[in-house]
Amino acid sequence: MLIYIPLIPLIGFLINANFGRRLSKSASGAIAVAAIVVSFAVSLAAFVRLIGLPPESRAIVQQVYSWISSGSFQASFTLRLDPLSAVMILVVTGIGSLIHIYSTAYMHDEPDAEYARYFSYLNLFAAFMLVLVLGANFLVMFLGWEGVGLCSYLLVGFWFEKNSASDAGKKAFIVNRIGDFGFILGVLLVFVRFGTVDFQQIAASLSSISPETSFGTISLITLLLFVGATGKSAQIPLYVWLPDAMEGPTPVSALIHAATMVTAGVYMIGRNAVLFSHAPLTLQIVAVIGVATAFFAGTIALVQNDIKRVLAYSTVSQLGYMFVAVGVGAFSAGIFHLYTHAFFKALLFLGSGAVIHALSGEQDLRRMGGLKNALPLTYWTFLIGALAISGVPGLSGFFSKDEILYEDYATGHTLLWVVGLMTSLLTAIYMFRLVFMAFFGPRHVEEPAHAAAEPHGGATNHHLHDAPRPMAFALVLLAAGSIVAGYIGLPAVLSSHNRFNEFLAPSFGPPRVEQTATSAAEPAAERAAAGSAQLELGLMGVSVLAAFGGIGIAVFFFLRNREAGVRLAERFIGVYTVLTHKYYVDEIYDAAIVQPIRIVADEGLWKVVDMRVIDGSVNGVAASVRGWSELLRRLQTGSVRAYAASLFLGVVALLGYYLWR
Amino acid sequence: MPSLNDYLLLSGILFSIGTAGVFVRRNLITILLSVEIMLNAVNLSFVAFGRSLGTADGQIIVFFVMTVAAAEAAVGLAIVIALFRHRESLNPDTFTTLKW
Repeated sequence: MLIYIPLIPLIGFLINANFGRRLSKSASGAIAVAAIVVSFAVSLAAFVRLIGLPPESRAIVQQVYSWISSGSFQASFTLRLDPLSAVMILVVTGIGSLIHIYSTAYMHDEPDAEYARYFSYLNLFAAFMLVLVLGANFLVMFLGWEGVGLCSYLLVGFWFEKNSASDAGKKAFIVNRIGDFGFILGVLLVFVRFGTVDFQQIAASLSSISPETSFGTISLITLLLFVGATGKSAQIPLYVWLPDAMEGPTPVSALIHAATMVTAGVYMIGRNAVLFSHAPLTLQIVAVIGVATAFFAGTIALVQNDIKRVLAYSTVSQLGYMFVAVGVGAFSAGIFHLYTHAFFKALLFLGSGAVIHALSGEQDLRRMGGLKNALPLTYWTFLIGALAISGVPGLSGFFSKDEILYEDYATGHTLLWVVGLMTSLLTAIYMFRLVFMAFFGPRHVEEPAHAAAEPHGGATNHHLHDAPRPMAFALVLLAAGSIVAGYIGLPAVLSSHNRFNEFLAPSFGPPRVEQTATSAAEPAAERAAAGSAQLELGLMGVSVLAAFGGIGIAVFFFLRNREAGVRLAERFIGVYTVLTHKYYVDEIYDAAIVQPIRIVADEGLWKVVDMRVIDGSVNGVAASVRGWSELLRRLQTGSVRAYAASLFLGVVALLGYYLWR
Repeated sequence: MPSLNDYLLLSGILFSIGTAGVFVRRNLITILLSVEIMLNAVNLSFVAFGRSLGTADGQIIVFFVMTVAAAEAAVGLAIVIALFRHRESLNPDTFTTLKW
């Protein structure tokens, strides 16, 4: 049954890829939407079956076929559904379905063949992502991992005739690949150390080992795997592809770069919770990088003027939160944030897509404004998303972000908590800056004058209209999700037990969950219940303050008193410039890494090794053959007497040699 | 009576004269003639060896050699005639087209 979950979108891909050119838009769209919706239905059915099982043995396994069998090493194409992957498949197929539906309207101006191509890629992505999260061993996961990287390239570079788009696609794939190099090394080391790549078997072998106190094999393995995660999930240092990836169509950004693909890194760590728990040093690094990335990206988001760039850096920042969570051992808190973030970030991206669609391709915030009354549904859903991400109480983001911050503090990582809190403040500020600049204030431009950022189906000037029905449908459902999705993970302080954490606990513990003392999620729940309720409420209060404080600051600088913002930017022009140029990281990478490689490649390897050495030796062989033949052909005098003479001399020499011996 | 060595020496001299003739002479027929001289020199040495060993084996071999020499002379002359018809010359240096 499990195989159908990725298989159906794969079939959708095959149909649209092979026959898409001959299909009408409604047909290819319908096929793609049907594929993902059916996959969602199957996922739901699988989930229902899963919760029917007793908590200690919540797993459905399906071995599709035996892939590698070499000596003692076995690796099959096996899919395994357990609580963690159940959450993931529901997110991927559920939010994926909404995004597919949204895309049918958003991409409507494309020609038929391109429309089908888009949907074929989208289905393919879903198939690979589902393989990634359902994989029972590293090899299957890696198959999905690479596949989603490929689809990211295809979709980011969808409008490949535009140079910036194809460059962005390449950048996404190449930077991902660098991370994947670390990931592969990690998987190889896993095999060397454990003799298997199956997740359950690895967890089982670890149950008899205690966590490492110094940097040993397991720390190295987890560090390498984390390098892969920084590439896929856009953390420092490999986050640089994600802002550029905004060149792709907005629904792509919503699906891949907000809700699903970028979460693969967090999922991978969650899936290997036992392995990572045995490497506390690596977890420290994970947490530090996570919080650094969160804060760093938040500062950049503060000054970006492209609506999608703000959301891109926001994604990088929120992913940082997830890594902080797993870094302090709160695996289910990280996954909880992944789940709520999928809702509101997808909502925000799709909402921005609706804005862009209404403005015929305009993406610059400075040219927006006053859209609140023109696009009411877009405005209200976007506002809900913004409130959710800022951590306003009552919405999903509050619960998940607050849990992460609480875990930071409760595990003694006070510095992480402080930086996390400051990032919360920043989140609220930049998010509401976005809301105010886009939806409030004077309308800056009636109709866009020159070529817009996205080639939005030719230069037709739409009249300003709110989202068409498919888009509105997706926005409303996501807004509802952003509000209610968090209630399954209510902290112990507000409800009797945290259902989400309990549900996920078996996924993070060793295979036999009778040893509840060693699983990572349990102590968290116990701590919460054991009388630190006051602490939790107190911390909650501080988070709420940060959220409302941030909104207030945004109100001051971007709603009431815009000149104050401008003057502030002018006073701190140095800082402002550094931030708008994203700390010049791309320039630094270019100078430190790209240019040296290019120089070595062009000047060194091409001009010297290829042209001089290799071509030289091949041509040199030919030249020397020519030279020798020039000399030797003089032997062919055509004179019979000379030939006879040489014959005779040869015979004399031969005979003489043998006679002499 | 001359000893074996004397006969062999004579044979060697005749052979060398014949070889030199093949290389040096500029008339195809004269070259053939020199080849005959070489063959006869070999005949001589075979007979001399046969006499010194006291058997008739050397003389039997001479029969063979003379037969071969005759056949070879016939064929060689046929080739010379063909060549002459082609180039109106008996000088081996005129037949040098098979060169670089």
